[in-house]
Amino acid sequence: MARMKFLCDAERCIECNGCVTACKNENEVPWGVNRRRVVTINDGVPGERSISVACMHCSDAPCMAVCPVDCFYKTEEGVVLHDKDLCIGCGYCFYACPFGAPQYPQAGAFGMRGKMDKCTFCSGGPEKDNSAEEFKKYGSNRLAMGKLPACAEMCSTKALLGGDGDVVADIYRQRVLKRGKGSEVWGWGTAYGPGGAPKGAPAPQPKS
Amino acid sequence: MAPRKLIAAALAAAAALGLAACGETPQVTVYKQGKYQGKPDTKPWDNDPKANNVYTTSAWTKGDKTSWERAVNTRALAQNEYTRTE
Repeated sequence: MARMKFLCDAERCIECNGCVTACKNENEVPWGVNRRRVVTINDGVPGERSISVACMHCSDAPCMAVCPVDCFYKTEEGVVLHDKDLCIGCGYCFYACPFGAPQYPQAGAFGMRGKMDKCTFCSGGPEKDNSAEEFKKYGSNRLAMGKLPACAEMCSTKALLGGDGDVVADIYRQRVLKRGKGSEVWGWGTAYGPGGAPKGAPAPQPKS
Repeated sequence: MAPRKLIAAALAAAAALGLAACGETPQVTVYKQGKYQGKPDTKPWDNDPKANNVYTTSAWTKGDKTSWERAVNTRALAQNEYTRTE
């Protein structure tokens, strides 16, 4: 089996934040923590692109490498998880992660940092599957129910795909082949009409 | 029961209660560099699909990884709307 992966299609993402809401609702994520976020590049400018980002469940995860208490583990399905009973909330994984996935809820007074919280690919953690303890610490365990992450399954435009890397890659490949090649792959034509300057527009002059 | 035996039994019970704290598990983690130190996790396919009356469209045989993978992959393919619209 390949590994469980997320794939976000930048053409389809409409920045609705449905995935963020679905994740929050499914896992009852602590206040102040967003396991998934939608990032927009060139916001408000024609051609802006949005992409939904969470833990990418890296094959060679830097968070695992830097953890001083070795609380991370990788499941057979390729999901990177951690044991909150061991986590000391040091923040090393936050610095190591290129996606800003590990986050810390505020625990106690003076802004004290709690145990690290991150996307679990909706597969819980090292507690009895679908138990109250697991839900309290890690959230829902949908993989143990034969389901996929709530964010991907809830995505209205199906921009966010989740599941076996081979399967989501096949879906994305079929889409790209349907769309064709060139700028339309990224949806410019879909969003803003045919490319090129409008008819009758003066040719751009070089600045002197 | 003779009072002597009764006292002996009471003493034995008191000793057992008193020594119960000696069985406390160590609370300090001994870290081994580079090895996961936490609790073991259950595999998703080791769960009963009918457990807890959880609604799911996926069906697999408990303990069979291949059938679980097949179920999850079938569900993943539902994300491809081209298979539904064409």
